[in-house]
Amino acid sequence: MAGADGDDSLYPIAVLIDELRNEDVQLRLNSIKKLSTIALALGVERTRTELLPFLTDTIYDEDEVLLALAEQLGNFTMLVGGPEYVHCLLPPLESLATVEETVVRDKAVESLRKISQEHSPVDLEVHFEPLVKRLASGDWFTSRTSACGLFSVCYPRVSSTVKAEIRQHFRTLCSDDTPMVRRAAASKLGEFAKVLELDYVKSDIISLFTALASDEQDSVRLLAVEACVSIATLLPQEDLETLVMPTLRQAAEDKSWRVRYMVADKFSELQKAVGPEITKNDLVPAFQNLLKDCEAEVRAAAANKVKGKRLNIMLPFIRLIQYTNQHVKSALASVIMGLSTILGKDNTIEHLLPLFLAQLKDECPEVRLNIISNLDCVNEVIGIRQLSQSLLPAIVELAEDAKWRVRLAIIEYMPLLAGQLGVEFFDEKLNTLCMAWLIDHVYAIREAATCNLMKLVEKFGAEWAQNTIVPKVLGMANDPNYLHRMTTLFCINALSEACGQEITTKQMLPVVLKMSNDQVANVRFNVAKSLQKIGPVLDNNALQTEVKPVLEKLASDQDMDVKYFAQEAISVLPLA
Amino acid sequence: MALRDTSSLHQLKSPKRDLDTQPPDSSMEEESDTRKINNSFLRDHNYATEADIISTVEFNSSGELLATGDKGGRVVVFQREQESKSQSQRRGEYNVYSTFQSHEPEFDYLKSLEIEEKINKIKWLPQQNAAYFLLSTNDKTVKLWKISERDKRPEGYNLKDEDGRIRDPSTITSLRVPVLQPMDLMVEATARRVFSNAHTYHINSISVNSDHQTYISTDDLQVNLWNLEITNRSFNIVDIKPANMEELTEVITSAEFHPQQCHTFAYSSSKGSIRLCDMRQAALCDRHCKYFEEPEDPSTRSFFSEIISSISDVKFSHNGRYLMTRDYLTVKVWDLQMENKPLETYQVHDYLRGKLCSLYENDCIFDKFECVWNGSDSVIMTGSYNNFFRMFDRNTKRDVTLEASRENSKPRAILKPRKVCIGGKRRKDEISVDSLDFSKKILHTTWHPHENIIAVAATNNLYIFQDKVN
Repeated sequence: MAGADGDDSLYPIAVLIDELRNEDVQLRLNSIKKLSTIALALGVERTRTELLPFLTDTIYDEDEVLLALAEQLGNFTMLVGGPEYVHCLLPPLESLATVEETVVRDKAVESLRKISQEHSPVDLEVHFEPLVKRLASGDWFTSRTSACGLFSVCYPRVSSTVKAEIRQHFRTLCSDDTPMVRRAAASKLGEFAKVLELDYVKSDIISLFTALASDEQDSVRLLAVEACVSIATLLPQEDLETLVMPTLRQAAEDKSWRVRYMVADKFSELQKAVGPEITKNDLVPAFQNLLKDCEAEVRAAAANKVKGKRLNIMLPFIRLIQYTNQHVKSALASVIMGLSTILGKDNTIEHLLPLFLAQLKDECPEVRLNIISNLDCVNEVIGIRQLSQSLLPAIVELAEDAKWRVRLAIIEYMPLLAGQLGVEFFDEKLNTLCMAWLIDHVYAIREAATCNLMKLVEKFGAEWAQNTIVPKVLGMANDPNYLHRMTTLFCINALSEACGQEITTKQMLPVVLKMSNDQVANVRFNVAKSLQKIGPVLDNNALQTEVKPVLEKLASDQDMDVKYFAQEAISVLPLA
Repeated sequence: MALRDTSSLHQLKSPKRDLDTQPPDSSMEEESDTRKINNSFLRDHNYATEADIISTVEFNSSGELLATGDKGGRVVVFQREQESKSQSQRRGEYNVYSTFQSHEPEFDYLKSLEIEEKINKIKWLPQQNAAYFLLSTNDKTVKLWKISERDKRPEGYNLKDEDGRIRDPSTITSLRVPVLQPMDLMVEATARRVFSNAHTYHINSISVNSDHQTYISTDDLQVNLWNLEITNRSFNIVDIKPANMEELTEVITSAEFHPQQCHTFAYSSSKGSIRLCDMRQAALCDRHCKYFEEPEDPSTRSFFSEIISSISDVKFSHNGRYLMTRDYLTVKVWDLQMENKPLETYQVHDYLRGKLCSLYENDCIFDKFECVWNGSDSVIMTGSYNNFFRMFDRNTKRDVTLEASRENSKPRAILKPRKVCIGGKRRKDEISVDSLDFSKKILHTTWHPHENIIAVAATNNLYIFQDKVN
């Protein structure tokens, strides 16, 4: 490259390289993210001989820099000269695979898996496989955990002798001293089983699986449940009973609730993996036990999986749950509504409706909320009218709950309910509630209430708004409490767009303009903000003749904030 | 290696500053067949400020590192000198490896409370890569620290020359990639995680689980379970807070995980009982699975009974079979299979039984002494007053009182056993119970996991003693 014009193109790269070591993390991160630019400028030769050795030793950096580096290196093959040289990327990734931060290690492993595909079969045995072995026999468990994720990518592509070595390494890691490594091995067991020949699955994997599933540490045993799903899908049906089921049965009755929780949580996957016959004979009874488990967390996980089970068997248990703890009830409430689509209309009315009604009266607000939030499923099957008689008291009670978070939650479901109950029912029963929230003493509720009004108007249309909502909202402009007067402004902000130009100009604007004389400064500057907000909806005539003079007046207000927001509105609106 | 003859423990080493001038092993050398103990005064101040008072000491799992925390929120890590053939004598010397400020004083504006920076506990994590990790906690916040070494540094900039002068951009005609050059070893401590906002009361202990994934932090009323990688969420597994705080009769004083069974932990209470919980049974461990308590002897009952029965420390033995507890006057060893009474009870300073009244008045009765096992669980050690500490051999039932002080024993010399006498007749070498100095207390001690090396914190001094090496 010629010296004279060298500086122009080199300078930015020179800065990037220097900033790899800048004290500011952000700049280092920035440079690492542009590593490909640096590599491109250096050329493949210098990238291999200078840049990569430097990067191999930069593992002292902050996690976010290392994470970015690990990710970049996964896409570096072309920059080091193509697949022929891809093995040059192994040393920096190897050192990243030993850092203590799990996310960095996982990313380094991910990149290693990616570039393993770019190795030729020869390179894989000469360069990649030795790296896996080094990691697998490393002194520190961080390197051994990383190795667990690499076996499955190299196994299918190596010779049978190397395959035997890999199997041996995996076996060793499954019985490692540190639980960290056994956990990593257990979590990769399913993945490794998938690439193994079926004979080895039966001879090797099953014994490892059985050992891990009876590990002394619950944290290892519970991961074996996950592996169970993938192993079961690999094996022919006739082998499942002898090879997998004893372990699975044992897991469902494990002493530790965390392991049983895992079985409950993975139930749907397990069911699919073992097929209908075993499900009927084995899993259903096990599942019934999990629903009755002495630990609430397990019952809740099981209750969450009720959907899709054979319901005639489940129903008695679902009824039973009514009498148990709050946490479980609320978990059940969140799924029980989904059952109606499976059961069909008649069964829902006969079996589930009483449950819904009972849960709508539950003492715990969370249970009631979960029922109400899933009403749409029931609506499709039996129509919401069946429920409306019980629904209303429940809604009213939640709407007035002493905890504002509960009130907030029910407000969020209002538009949904309104859509399902229809405009008549709403006007009759719920409209007053929606208005009452506007003057709630908690700001978050008032804010949510205005947002709710907007959604209702979107549903029911501008005409409905003009008749039912707007007069009430505007009436609050004369309220003695300035917070309520401000709520009027917030409602107008939210409603103007949905209501359209006509209503905004004729009904809302005069009220806003009138409030510009309010004695409370907070109201006045909110007038300025409102005008800025509704300005685009108004026609140009109203803007020039009505809005402009008021804003100009506010711009010379004695209050600083009023002045500021008025000036801001003037600069934003097309008033010139 | 058991401590067979504790009566002849020797003090071997000089304070660090004197080390080179003092002839190795003075006249004591002749006494063969005796064991010696190493001693270094690693914090060598003539005057101590409050911030220098050591509040915790802890060896790591290999014994190569020793960490101390102090009231000023600092953590000092010592590293054992590598063995060298020429100077096998000096094997065992611990030198400062890293010093860092772990906690700063804070103020809780919501409760108008000052949060002290004092380090309440330090726990080492099992080693996972070339760096070392430890948890340190003050009253409210647990921090995970990484201590790592760096011996290379990158050299060569594009825009600066060797002396740091900015180069004219037009002279840049080629790119330079930095090259790593060896440099002097640098030890860095970085805070990797901060676990906060989970405790309403003061954290009294932390304990790392054998699953290497979780740990517990304990305050007066709660035990919280954390994942070492997750800082924004912890699970409350024990909560003894009554609905009405006026009904509060008991607080948690300490908690520890079982060394091998990842699901078992024990916590001690101010009422002198220990509860063993099994985390497999339920997510909340409000119900214990074992309850260890010794029935009170009605004949010795007094106003102070409840105060002195409060447990200040609970420790599982390395093999996981026993629990050791320390209360004000005794150390007890419990068999996990026997809940109704302790297996062994050792009197630490029974001569204080008659002085409880004055100890109550000067608040000493509320001192929280810790206790430790040796590597093979055959000897236990705990502290007392007047810079005395006690060792009990569980097999021979011998016990010894030793003193950690610069005035009364020479460095590198053999430690002399001390005796306290009650009553009028005082023999030579004995010290009267009335002349004990209650401001010099040894609360924190730690024992090397495999060897007979102990570290004893006496206010602002750290003493390291070792078996005689030869």
